[in-house]
Amino acid sequence: MPAAIHAQYVTHRYGDRTAVDDLTLEIAEGELFAFLGPNGSGKTTLFRVLSTLIPLQEGDVAILGHDLRRDMTAVRRQLGVVFQAPSLDKKLTVGENLTHQGRLYGLSSSELSARKTELLAAVGLTDRERDRVETLSGGMRRRVELAKSMLHRPRLLLLDEPSTGLDPGARIDLWKYLRQVRERDGVTIVLTTHLLDEADRADRIAIMHHGRLAALGQPDALRAAVGGDAITIKTDHPDELSKSIAERFTVQPAVIDGAVRLEQHEGHQWIPRLVEAFPAEIQTITLGKPTLEDVFIARTGHRFFGDASGDEDQPKKKRRGLARG
Amino acid sequence: MSTLATSSPPAWPAVFTLAQRELVRFFRQGNRVFGALGQPIIFWLLFSEGLRGNNLDYAFFFPGTLVMILLFTAIFATISIIEDRNEGFLQSVLVSPAPRWAMVLGKVLGGAAIAMIQGLIFLALGAFTLRYASSLPEIVQAIVLMAVISIALTALGFTIAWRMDSTHGFHAVMSVFLLPMWLLSGAFFPGTGNGWLAWIVRLNPLTYGVAGLRYYLKFAQATPTTGPASDAAAGAPPIDALPPLSVCWIVTLAFAAVMLLAAWKISASRTAGDLK
Repeated sequence: MPAAIHAQYVTHRYGDRTAVDDLTLEIAEGELFAFLGPNGSGKTTLFRVLSTLIPLQEGDVAILGHDLRRDMTAVRRQLGVVFQAPSLDKKLTVGENLTHQGRLYGLSSSELSARKTELLAAVGLTDRERDRVETLSGGMRRRVELAKSMLHRPRLLLLDEPSTGLDPGARIDLWKYLRQVRERDGVTIVLTTHLLDEADRADRIAIMHHGRLAALGQPDALRAAVGGDAITIKTDHPDELSKSIAERFTVQPAVIDGAVRLEQHEGHQWIPRLVEAFPAEIQTITLGKPTLEDVFIARTGHRFFGDASGDEDQPKKKRRGLARG
Repeated sequence: MSTLATSSPPAWPAVFTLAQRELVRFFRQGNRVFGALGQPIIFWLLFSEGLRGNNLDYAFFFPGTLVMILLFTAIFATISIIEDRNEGFLQSVLVSPAPRWAMVLGKVLGGAAIAMIQGLIFLALGAFTLRYASSLPEIVQAIVLMAVISIALTALGFTIAWRMDSTHGFHAVMSVFLLPMWLLSGAFFPGTGNGWLAWIVRLNPLTYGVAGLRYYLKFAQATPTTGPASDAAAGAPPIDALPPLSVCWIVTLAFAAVMLLAAWKISASRTAGDLK
């Protein structure tokens, strides 16, 4: 069975800025896979390449066994795409939007009407078929987008930041629907996200940073690989404190965004020792089990949020939204 | 489980569905429908009464006015490509298996249909003021020619609009390019003589559309020959000063073909608006 996505040495540049840098990975059929990364990490560019919106510049990609360059139409037939920006025509009704989509994918009218009924029921919008999209809430629109993308029975569903703009309830519905699609229809689901808890629900994740893969694996395995517990110390002079801790305990703390970080097994035993050793310097000290953010920090040396480098092309509003998430 | 679609690219259903969408959107936007119906009526009143009241030759200006209506409507109908992009609709069309030419043709045919609705209203209103002396086949051929002109102009609008991120830039294009193109199509000044203006008129593909319509749209009303009208009418070329009818058809068809090709070519490019 061919892989759902087989990407080799994929590089994409906008002018002289490299957005995706020599990326190689394989996603198996039936997986629920997430690309996790802050804005500017290259995941949306990768999404655009995989969704065939922009041409593949360098490297090779095969989707469900079809070469992305040579066999574009075959790739497009197998793909369901949900963009971050809504793609519905607001002046048209829910049903009309689905009809247009079905015709673009060459569905016959009997198939189309059967699929419309089926999918509107699946996303719980049967009674809204005749309503114009402009009268629907954001959560409902996203459900119509999902129905639209699944109309032609794609084998691979690609979603770019699918939770953006959804309230927590709608988010839960979205994930319920995605799991249902995967379990019932065997559809491979690949999404991008900047939300750590969302990535945690995927079977496997790829953490992206500056266009490269910083980590790839199951969320649990990645967390386990970080090692023990994460200890974070806030202080006025992080560099000096870090040096002092290193000298005194022969460990290697790191300074990340003005805080001293230390990863150790049995982290709770370290707290009193550190506080006793440097009572004046330590303002706050926290202990946590490793999260995906710790994985990100361990692999990239940067904090997940607040890392502005490589973010120039993103509008300010989005960055603020990210900090909240 | 296999995908539902068959193996051949769904081209014609895509053309049909995109053209239909243009019309549905048009009829759902009340102000556009109002403008579309109002414009030919106002132009009809203005030109028939205004020109006649001043003893100017309305029959001479009629084909040009008709082409102006087609020009404005066709061009503005394609501005919707900018909206489609900003609203995100275009992205999902771009990643569908429908071929690119089907997307272009669907969009162009939809816009041209809207232009034709207005053109036909104006043509019908003309019958109230000017008595057509054209035969039915001539009227039918005039309508076909109008359709070709509409397709050419809509495709031109598509080509201009494709790379624009907002409708603001369109106003500049309108006043420095499209309006002169209409003024210099023989609709207003006859393209006779050897001045540079006459050469622009001759090189302007729209000239041949206007001239073609002059062949088909004949009026029973005589051209006034007295008073100030004679000055305006003096410039009106007699029918034998027009390019041959076959040339009108060839140039107009070629204009439409070249513009469709240009629209197809340019639609391969992606703009910043597609990447959000």
